[in-house]
Amino acid sequence: MTDLIRLTAAELAARVAAGDVSAVEVAEAHLARIDAIDEKVHAFLHVDRAGALAQARAVDDKRAKGEPLGPLAGVPLALKDIFTTEGVPTTVGSRILEGWIPPYDATVTKRLKEAGIVILGKTNMDEFAMGSSTENSAYGPTGNPWDLTRIPGGSGGGSAASLASFQAPLAIGTDTGGSIRQPAAVTGTVGVKPTYGGVSRYGMVAFSSSLDQGGPCARTVLDAALLHAVIAGHDPMDSTSIDAPVPPVVEAARAGSVAGLRVGVVKEFRGEGFQTGVMRRFDEAVELLRELGAEVVELSCPSFEAALAAYYLIAPSECSSNLARFDAMRYGLRVGDDGTRSAEDVTALTREAGFGPEVKRRIILGTYALSSGYYDAYYGSAQKARTLVVRDFARAFEQVDVVVAPTTPTTAFPIGERADDPMAMYRADLCTIPVNLAGNAAMSLPCGLAPEDGLPVGLQIIAPALADDRLYRVGAAVEAAFQARWGHPILEEAPAL
Amino acid sequence: MPGITREEVAHLARLARLELTAEELDHFAGQLDDIIGAVARVADVATEDVPPTSHPLPLTNVMRPDEVRPGLTAEQALSGAPAQEQQRFKVPQILGEE
Repeated sequence: MTDLIRLTAAELAARVAAGDVSAVEVAEAHLARIDAIDEKVHAFLHVDRAGALAQARAVDDKRAKGEPLGPLAGVPLALKDIFTTEGVPTTVGSRILEGWIPPYDATVTKRLKEAGIVILGKTNMDEFAMGSSTENSAYGPTGNPWDLTRIPGGSGGGSAASLASFQAPLAIGTDTGGSIRQPAAVTGTVGVKPTYGGVSRYGMVAFSSSLDQGGPCARTVLDAALLHAVIAGHDPMDSTSIDAPVPPVVEAARAGSVAGLRVGVVKEFRGEGFQTGVMRRFDEAVELLRELGAEVVELSCPSFEAALAAYYLIAPSECSSNLARFDAMRYGLRVGDDGTRSAEDVTALTREAGFGPEVKRRIILGTYALSSGYYDAYYGSAQKARTLVVRDFARAFEQVDVVVAPTTPTTAFPIGERADDPMAMYRADLCTIPVNLAGNAAMSLPCGLAPEDGLPVGLQIIAPALADDRLYRVGAAVEAAFQARWGHPILEEAPAL
Repeated sequence: MPGITREEVAHLARLARLELTAEELDHFAGQLDDIIGAVARVADVATEDVPPTSHPLPLTNVMRPDEVRPGLTAEQALSGAPAQEQQRFKVPQILGEE
């Protein structure tokens, strides 16, 4: 039964539906795996054993009664600790929400439960999703299952590590500047940032509201598509949720083809700062696309050079405003309320004690960029740079159906290497950030191991807004071709834990 | 564009209600100066003729019929409160004594 943890979500759901295995057995196998190895990996901040088993039992009961089951019923999932879960702690990786038990479910949480998906627990993350390594979690770092001394990416490092270490076959992440795709790339897993507005943000703790987007994480493209279909779709509780049909992602993942497709390669994503082995695997992936029948077109997107700078003004500006709600009055931590201090002083003392260094840096940076006298030069200019990124993508998608790029400039770096060098850390998101600024959809999937360090490299596929299905069509074709070449899924090459 | 000084960081921290320590001020001032130096390049591409983009979607006000719907109970809404009294959030004093 131990091999249950190695099955894909699609396989697990089929076995549960056929009655070959119960949802409770599947949940127990994954909980046992968490017990056995998560002390080493630290993917989870909270394991909800009782809740998971109750959800699994409900699926088994439904099946026993002959009621219809959803396509992922009985499949376990690791939920990023940024989504509220009624009765289960939600910390966002921060001390300021330590011990907070939300009184309601996020829309994503609600849809997972309604689909019969079994939520195992909440995963580790950079505090408030600010970071690219999960080192900014107030509860300690997560190890990369390929090498526990290296970062699993961030901010959704816990979700990606849970997949790569076979603690869960499915996970949910959020992607503001790359927090789903970059962890997927450095752990050899699949992660998708849907079109902005494709997945509800209700109950997802806000960092930068014009960029934040929840999305699916999995070990295969089809599994990601099945999960995407569960969580996506219009939600009246989120005013930025798109009221349009969900793109046919599952059908696209099952079809998997690139024949006749025009694929763009952005020439700005190359050169200084890009690891040799990453570019080698990327170039091989482009060659593969050509062999599979795609037409490859070189593109120039000059604005992408300014995208990182624009992002590190826009995201901190929005975060400085969003995080003002953590005022020690209605929920979360309160420090220094001894009867002599004013509410304002208590707020300042609480925020000092409750936020970590990166969150403080970004709040100050955002406050600066929005302050009178600097607004036009910084926030205003960043919004103009954002327009140029939108235009470059629009021009690109007049010529091609999808754009491909490396997901990250390097493979997983050692824990601690960039922890106190913000600009070096920020560069990890160089290739993912333009997508968030424009609101497009993008996927990262494995395209091999870098020859120099044996660590996973991610291929990023980018599609126009509302064309998320193209990611799955191309991703499934690439995945199948690579696995035929390698003879097995890439995670089989990861060391045993 | 000018960089940022330790005094400016202290002022911004006060505006953002962050009671930073002296060590944090020393540390952040240098780092923020580096970051601001790097992000200031957006000004190079932000020419007069480019309109700003604040959001990837054209935002419109979303309305719903003004009907009573189930919501959180007072007990649920107060469940995470650091302090409460008589079904209300209890907060430290907001105004001065006189």
